[in-house]
Amino acid sequence: MPDVNINAPIAAQQAGSTEPPEPRVPRVEREFTVVEKSQWQQAGRRFVRHRIAMVSSVVFIVLLLFAFVGPYFWQFPYNKFSNNLSDLNAGPSLRHPFGTDNLGYDGLAVVMRGTQQSLKIALSIALLAVVVGSIWGVVSGYFLGFVDSVLMRFADLVLTIPALALAAALAHNTTGSWWVIALVLGGLSTPYVARVVRGTVLSLREREFIEASRALGASNTRIMFRHLIPNALAVIIVNATLLVAAGILSETALSYLGFGVRAPDTSLGLLISVAQGAVDTRPWLFYFPGIFIILIALTVNFIGDGLRDALDPRQTRQRR
Amino acid sequence: MFAFLIRRALVSIPVLIASTLLTFIMVKLSGDPLQYLKLRNPPVPRHTILLEEHRLGLDRPWLSQYWHWITNVLLHGNFGQAIDATVNIRTELSSALLVTARLVILSVIISVILAVVTGVYSAVKQYSVTDYTTTFAGFLFLSMPVFWFAILLKQGGIWYNEHVSRGTFFTIGEKSVFLTDNSFWSRMSDYAGHLVLPTIVLSLAGYAGWTRFTRASMLEVLNSDYVRLARSKGLKPRQVLIRHALRTALIPLTTVTALDIAALLGGAIVTERVFQWHGMGNMFLTAVQNIDANVMLAWLLVTATIVILFNLFADILYGVLDPRIRHA
Repeated sequence: MPDVNINAPIAAQQAGSTEPPEPRVPRVEREFTVVEKSQWQQAGRRFVRHRIAMVSSVVFIVLLLFAFVGPYFWQFPYNKFSNNLSDLNAGPSLRHPFGTDNLGYDGLAVVMRGTQQSLKIALSIALLAVVVGSIWGVVSGYFLGFVDSVLMRFADLVLTIPALALAAALAHNTTGSWWVIALVLGGLSTPYVARVVRGTVLSLREREFIEASRALGASNTRIMFRHLIPNALAVIIVNATLLVAAGILSETALSYLGFGVRAPDTSLGLLISVAQGAVDTRPWLFYFPGIFIILIALTVNFIGDGLRDALDPRQTRQRR
Repeated sequence: MFAFLIRRALVSIPVLIASTLLTFIMVKLSGDPLQYLKLRNPPVPRHTILLEEHRLGLDRPWLSQYWHWITNVLLHGNFGQAIDATVNIRTELSSALLVTARLVILSVIISVILAVVTGVYSAVKQYSVTDYTTTFAGFLFLSMPVFWFAILLKQGGIWYNEHVSRGTFFTIGEKSVFLTDNSFWSRMSDYAGHLVLPTIVLSLAGYAGWTRFTRASMLEVLNSDYVRLARSKGLKPRQVLIRHALRTALIPLTTVTALDIAALLGGAIVTERVFQWHGMGNMFLTAVQNIDANVMLAWLLVTATIVILFNLFADILYGVLDPRIRHA
């Protein structure tokens, strides 16, 4: 690796002015000079070198564009069907790359909308669970004692019941709009994050820097939010990506069962549920939504894997 | 050791009781069980609604309803009345449980064996082609929606039946409606035939996470000092692997497997829906659709008990396998 000379900026400064200024950094004589890199810069470098994770990031960004920008550029809207009889149950063609269904809805437009709804829900699930779960976990792990017992037993409770069943029961009587589904599934994923964050905080709170800040008179809130959470951020970020992948799977499963997103809106799970009888006769209706779910979950899982390797190098034995 | 067992078992009782309260609140929030009557047109006489409310105990305050329900369950094993007055929740639930238990237990066994074998193999042959293939397959199964894969397999089975040989795969239901020969063995083979496809689906759903876990845990052990010592003592590689490394590496897997049981039951709900089984999944989904509060409550109570029992079992097993936990 070509190392950059640490004194290069100073040299540039000197070249710019006739009067040589006082060097702010004392000149260190070293055989090898190194550039100082922060922890996050190092993690970023490791992530960029993780080939599968980088490819996945690119694919994921393309998927995001497809879902959120794509509908503006595509001629058919997801909620208008064609009046043309030849457009019913048509296979993939140039006009309809993903075919059409029995009502003449355009497959590509519907899949775009479905991907958009599913992604919106999955990302909101992760956001909600991470924000609430981190606070829950850090409070529980920092205060310990009675607070910890109550909070963690409550987390255990939620985890004893299959999340899919609870979500179905809770979402059934609602309107089925995307944010309700996100709220329900996000709420049910929160205890997972709380548990993981608590585990990390338990080991962090015994470290010297926490003791030092306490000795300096930092308040509990300051210690929790300025010291503990930033130091647990690596764990939190990795879990957030894994939650996105799990979120998209649980949302589609819920919609498949008929308790998630409902018509006239659509989601990838709902599309598959409608197309499940058509695997042989109109395979395009079944395969495209499924492939998009797999693509999203797979890329997000790979990104999560790359982030884990990048943020926590102790877990990988290989030096990168 | 015995004190540890007792202590651990006692802790799970308050968790279970609190869990019933939580599910009770959730089920109450999920809607009005008599909605179907109240929305009927022409309107049902008010008297009928009041009678139904009384039969289901909805005319009492919430807390009293809960108390009535929990005491009935604990003292008499009575789960209360379903919306359909002819249904006995306990018999329905136990037959559904038997159906689902077949599927879940078989899937857990198969996927644990599969996960351990492939996980250990890819840890031993790290960075080989097999390792990369199984890792990628693990990621793929982790990212594949269970219901999509189930539908695909079901349609594959139907295609095979139609084009290759008739009646190879059973794609609908957990048993044949009509069996010519009703002997014990023919019934068992009928069950087994219906189990094939759903078990493949559910096994792969559990397999994905567990094989990755086994691989990671095995790699950590293989790089540890005591395994290096065992190797340098001159033990046979096979002995090092199985007797020294594998035993340690598998301990955490017991906990992970037990904790995943709740998720696996969720997967079973979806799998049962695709293959139209009359198990726990079907029972719960129907109950949710009808807002059949007592059926939902009974179902959630039974599932929560199963999950808590599994966690307890895992903790105990962990204590037996890992001496550090036992003596701590």
